[in-house]
Amino acid sequence: MNINLSHFSAAVVFALFASVVFGITLRSSTKEQVRYGLYCFAMFVGGVFLAGWVMALIRR
Amino acid sequence: MAKPTTDKKTDKSKNAVSVRGPEYPLTTMAVVAPIVGWLIPGGGHILLKRYVRGVLLLVSVVAMFLIGLGMQGRIYKPNGGDILDILGFVGDVGSGALYFLARIMDWGNVMAANAAADYGKTFLIVAGLLNFLAVADAHHIALGKKP
Repeated sequence: MNINLSHFSAAVVFALFASVVFGITLRSSTKEQVRYGLYCFAMFVGGVFLAGWVMALIRR
Repeated sequence: MAKPTTDKKTDKSKNAVSVRGPEYPLTTMAVVAPIVGWLIPGGGHILLKRYVRGVLLLVSVVAMFLIGLGMQGRIYKPNGGDILDILGFVGDVGSGALYFLARIMDWGNVMAANAAADYGKTFLIVAGLLNFLAVADAHHIALGKKP
């Protein structure tokens, strides 16, 4: 089995699973868990875009 | 002259505080659930009848582990020698039975030097670390600290 993921898709897959676990383990009620999971996912993906833009600007 | 009754009451209440047990007593389930949760990701939650959470944790940790292996990630061994290798082993071993299965089947015994393999190694370590979080959560649920 050989999986070829791009840098971006690997980061999104990582963010998805890490956010699910963070949401479940770090909050108590179901509503809070869903909200925190979505927040973590948004922060992960937002961080990827931010880091991508910073690297693109440095490269110029 | 002051009556000694007040002092007696104070003494009684002091004794009552010292006799009272811990707020969250350690039960058998609080020991068994984390162990099961470590060996089988999400197993502790399933054992505690938190089925949805358990299945989500199982899917997340197992998927991260398998994707890591699929990306040619390396599985660390306990006798790596280097301190970073030992830390990598600690992360990997968090996946419990998945780690032992990978070692038995000789999966992840590659030294590929490309970006995907580096990501794969990270996926494997993080899968184990996330399972440690799930183990701690199962312990808290069993103790009654968390619903």
